[in-house]
Amino acid sequence: MNKILLFLSFTCVLTAPAQAQTLPADQILDRIDENAVAGNRISVTEMIIHSRRATRTLKLKSWVQGEDKAFTEFLEPARERGTKMLKLGDQLWTYSPDADRTISISGHMLRQSVMGSDLSYEDMMEDRKLRQVYEATVVGEERLIDRPCWVLELKAKAEAVAYYSRKIWVDRERFVLLREVRFAKSGRQLKTLEVKSVIRAQNRWLQNDVVFKDALKAGDGTEFIIRSVEFDAAIPESLFTKASLRK
Amino acid sequence: MTILKLAVRNLLGGGMKSWLNAVVLSLAYVTIIWTQGLYQGMDRQVSRTMIDAAVGGGQYWVEGYDPYDPFTLQDARLKLTGKLEELAQSGEAAPVLIVQGTIYPNGRVQAALLKGIDPEQKVLMFPSSFLKDSDSEIPALIGSRMAQSTGLGTGDTVTVRWRDVHGTFDAQDLQVVQVMTTSIQTIDIGQIWVPLKKLEEMAGVENEATIVIVKKGLGQAEDVPGWTFRDLDFLLQDIHQIVKSKTVGASIFYAFLLFLAMLAIFNTQVLSIFRRRKEIGTLMALGMTRGKVIALFTVEGALHAILAALIGAVYGIPLLAYFVAKGLGLPVGTADSFGFAMSEKLFPTYSAGLVIGTTVLVFIITTIVSFLPTRKIAKLKPTEALRGKL
Repeated sequence: MNKILLFLSFTCVLTAPAQAQTLPADQILDRIDENAVAGNRISVTEMIIHSRRATRTLKLKSWVQGEDKAFTEFLEPARERGTKMLKLGDQLWTYSPDADRTISISGHMLRQSVMGSDLSYEDMMEDRKLRQVYEATVVGEERLIDRPCWVLELKAKAEAVAYYSRKIWVDRERFVLLREVRFAKSGRQLKTLEVKSVIRAQNRWLQNDVVFKDALKAGDGTEFIIRSVEFDAAIPESLFTKASLRK
Repeated sequence: MTILKLAVRNLLGGGMKSWLNAVVLSLAYVTIIWTQGLYQGMDRQVSRTMIDAAVGGGQYWVEGYDPYDPFTLQDARLKLTGKLEELAQSGEAAPVLIVQGTIYPNGRVQAALLKGIDPEQKVLMFPSSFLKDSDSEIPALIGSRMAQSTGLGTGDTVTVRWRDVHGTFDAQDLQVVQVMTTSIQTIDIGQIWVPLKKLEEMAGVENEATIVIVKKGLGQAEDVPGWTFRDLDFLLQDIHQIVKSKTVGASIFYAFLLFLAMLAIFNTQVLSIFRRRKEIGTLMALGMTRGKVIALFTVEGALHAILAALIGAVYGIPLLAYFVAKGLGLPVGTADSFGFAMSEKLFPTYSAGLVIGTTVLVFIITTIVSFLPTRKIAKLKPTEALRGKL
């Protein structure tokens, strides 16, 4: 869930002054990490899964508290309505109303895709700060969606990291990730993230329309479009409990 | 002796009726022995195939490893040391490393178990030699079922993604160097076999394994810390259970068949007593006790079982011998539906215990069924019997 929220989190950025000069790579990562946590937020997102054969749209509402707590409920389509997910630290549960069962997602199940999307549960669970895990180098500058970007190459400095290296395109003024490619140890592209549009909400810059794609899989990826977002919203603590999954 | 002689004479004197009863009963004999023999043969055949190509003489499993629980796979590996290392080096054991992976055949996502095995191993009759001397970066061997479900064939390449020992993703193309045809689903479905050293390199481990398969006939060498020895009783228990449950299911059919045969014998006995009531009266008037008359009729009925055994032997022995020699061909796809390693041809096994046991069982049931209607004789008065009354 955190990854869905990571799109938001990476994105939840305060307006930054224009950066005419190149910042040291570590500082850029710090700025991205700083923006990753935005207190409490409630958002409604559309998840459009462009698979090989068909396109499916799901609507979900998320309540997020810091890095560790997140609760998501699927609102549409009718078949998925009432399906919920709860993330507490490194634990994840899903609730299916059809089966009326709460399942702990762990081990091999983490590799499974979320609702048939390009996102796996482990992608959602990944919440370590980039600066903690990666050594970054600024390798260039490019323009993406008409925005000036720094291009950074990230290489894992810790061994226990899911993606050995990444390449990210960061908006020089807003510190929003506009593109990301995640690589395997062999250098093979595994996942890509492409931002189609950015919006400003409550004085923060958000990735509004993001396509997340499993690069090895056929299809056009999974698109996340934020329909509404509210920051620093009041979220009852009781929502982040297993009991709330059945409510 | 007189009773036996009389019973044989009466039985043969019964003509067509006796022969028909015996033929029906012989069908029950032959069917029971034939079907039971098929199940015995299936059990033996499957066990032998499993031992030869999958389980060897037993296996050492890393403690906590459970092939039916994917949660246990993530950390299920241990360095080979001491006795296990010795066995592996001497070729008396084949270590197998198991790593979870994901393959992308034609852009689809499919989970797969990557299994590393020494291409030079001689422990199993498994075509691991295809994995050596290959030009491809990661040569892979898959079973025909896996080939069918993934759409892969010999020479095809597919991208595989896995996590190394630290949890870091890696991905590379592997090439299918051979598609093996095997009746054993447990080494086929959802599995990709690669050279052990290559998989160790991919996973970032050295000299580690998830299971160690020991040579046939070797059994457990000694207790090895961190490993649990699984013997053949454990490894083949699923097969024995399935065959057992199928045998139990088939016994309903036997019971029905026997019931029909017994119904015929029971009916014959009832009719015989009714028709021969004057004869019963005469025998009693001549001094034969009621017990002896009952014995005569019971033996007469029981002799059906012996006659049936003889008739059954006449056509059953060549028939069963034919199936032992040629086997019973199963329709295409049937073998897989059983859920275990069954070949397309089934060779039955008939043990002496099976033949004698079935003969004795049918004889006892026939005797009991023959006896039941004769109890009426016990209440019979000779004077009334002579007048034809019961």
